[in-house]
Amino acid sequence: MDIPRHWRLRKQRYGLVGEVCESCNAKVFPPRDICPECGKEAKTLYTFSGHGEVYSYTTVFDAPAGFDETAPYTVAMIKLDEGPLVTAQLTDLENRKVEIGMPVEMVTRKLRNATDERGLLVYGYKFRPVMN
Amino acid sequence: MAKFRPLSRGVAVVGAGMSKFGAFPGKSTRDLFVEAFLEMRDSVDKGFNPAEVDALYIGNFSSDLFEGQGHTAPIMAEWVGLAPKPAVRVEDACASSGVALRQGILAIASGVADIVLVGGIEKMTDLPTAEVTDTLATASDMLYEIPAGFTFPGFYASMATSYMHKFGATPESFMKVGIKNHENGALNDKAQFGKTIRQVMDDKIAKSEARGLPIPVWENEIAFLQDARANPIIAWPMRLFDCSPISDGAAALLLVSEDLANKFSEDPLYILGTGQASDVALHERENLTGLRAAREAARQAYLMSGVTPADIQVAEVHDCFTIAEVIAIEDLGFFPEGEGYRAAETGVTGRTGEKPINTSGGLKSKGHPVGASGAGQVIEIWKQMRGLAGDRQVAGELEFGLTHNVGGTGGTCTVHIFGRR
Repeated sequence: MDIPRHWRLRKQRYGLVGEVCESCNAKVFPPRDICPECGKEAKTLYTFSGHGEVYSYTTVFDAPAGFDETAPYTVAMIKLDEGPLVTAQLTDLENRKVEIGMPVEMVTRKLRNATDERGLLVYGYKFRPVMN
Repeated sequence: MAKFRPLSRGVAVVGAGMSKFGAFPGKSTRDLFVEAFLEMRDSVDKGFNPAEVDALYIGNFSSDLFEGQGHTAPIMAEWVGLAPKPAVRVEDACASSGVALRQGILAIASGVADIVLVGGIEKMTDLPTAEVTDTLATASDMLYEIPAGFTFPGFYASMATSYMHKFGATPESFMKVGIKNHENGALNDKAQFGKTIRQVMDDKIAKSEARGLPIPVWENEIAFLQDARANPIIAWPMRLFDCSPISDGAAALLLVSEDLANKFSEDPLYILGTGQASDVALHERENLTGLRAAREAARQAYLMSGVTPADIQVAEVHDCFTIAEVIAIEDLGFFPEGEGYRAAETGVTGRTGEKPINTSGGLKSKGHPVGASGAGQVIEIWKQMRGLAGDRQVAGELEFGLTHNVGGTGGTCTVHIFGRR
């Protein structure tokens, strides 16, 4: 995959940076400059706390190229504390059983093996269980 | 909410045909489309002259990636003798030919065309499975979903996780949908899998016996489907037999304006309602146990037709995964939310049940050549409503049928309602 395609998303991937709507205060992720709630312009950057809970999940056994080294792995929809849902892999699970509603926090990890022709390592957000 | 607007001019289906669905290394998309076209031509009661066709709308997801061939519509038009008529390729992932059908209907309703050929094509088996997976992945959000390691089975599996959590279904509830659809597909000579799950299981036992290997013992189909060696987990809770296959195939339909219908047939299949809607990516949904686009498309089609969910006697729904059928029959209003998972088990959605669903075998057993699936669904409704479905024919006089075709994880959905009158 081309490098610019990943580079363009560095703020979102490394910092979970989205936007906040000045009109209705909705937090927006991924950022798109138009508020999905009220339709007004929403260009103010907003950094999410990285805290949320598992909304739904699955464990992928039949993995696509770039992910096969870590299969089976668990991917989830995370409901962020600020509202939006994000799609991310769960990590540092060890033997913990994943459940809907489980509190999780964002960490930065390597997203996929460097299997493409450019040997590109892609980093970004994953979520791990909140340590008590 | 979209305003209700009836079609300016009625539209009827007067011909329907398809290739067999399956893996055909010896056939290209062109060969498959010609096969579908010829069967469609022979199905027109009073015959038709291809020179009279005003336009072609053809659904195709990704001939570019699957076959290295873009700009496929004019090639298909040429191959069945339609050039220089306008040829339009429609791409909306797995809903491509459901949308092509709708475009054909709208072209006739608008008055710019009287006779339209609607097609669907996909040739998926030339690529190795890993590349097919990558190609299908492009129908989801490549920036925010795929980098997490999600796959299509994974998306539907997470809907299933949510559904089980909310309503108490189990993985076995979904297995029963697969068993039902394989039973139907075993009676369809166009289906990729002409076998029931029981037959698949018995074949495995026979094979072990013939090779002198230990003979597996499965008490019944469910026990067979629970065995990870026989039915590996793809993305929990979806296993291999919860997933539709990788397929090649084509379908063709002939649409004409209502006023011309009797020139082609004394028994046309009228389009009573058409609906289409879109939705945000899966990761932006508030509800994973229903598809908003399906509910909205169904609302439009019911409103246009004046038909209610209770009136529908036969329906083909988009069961790309077993969970998808459960969600579909709820979205379409056939069953209350949270109760659809019991339907296959109680037999209500079986061929002899009150609400037969996917009598063709569905995408699960008939096959899922993605761009051809939506048009392929109409062929089953055509056969059922004309009493041509053979051993899988639903009993009684059928007045109303429905098709439900989904693109991606519900980013696109079309619903069509058909009737004889």
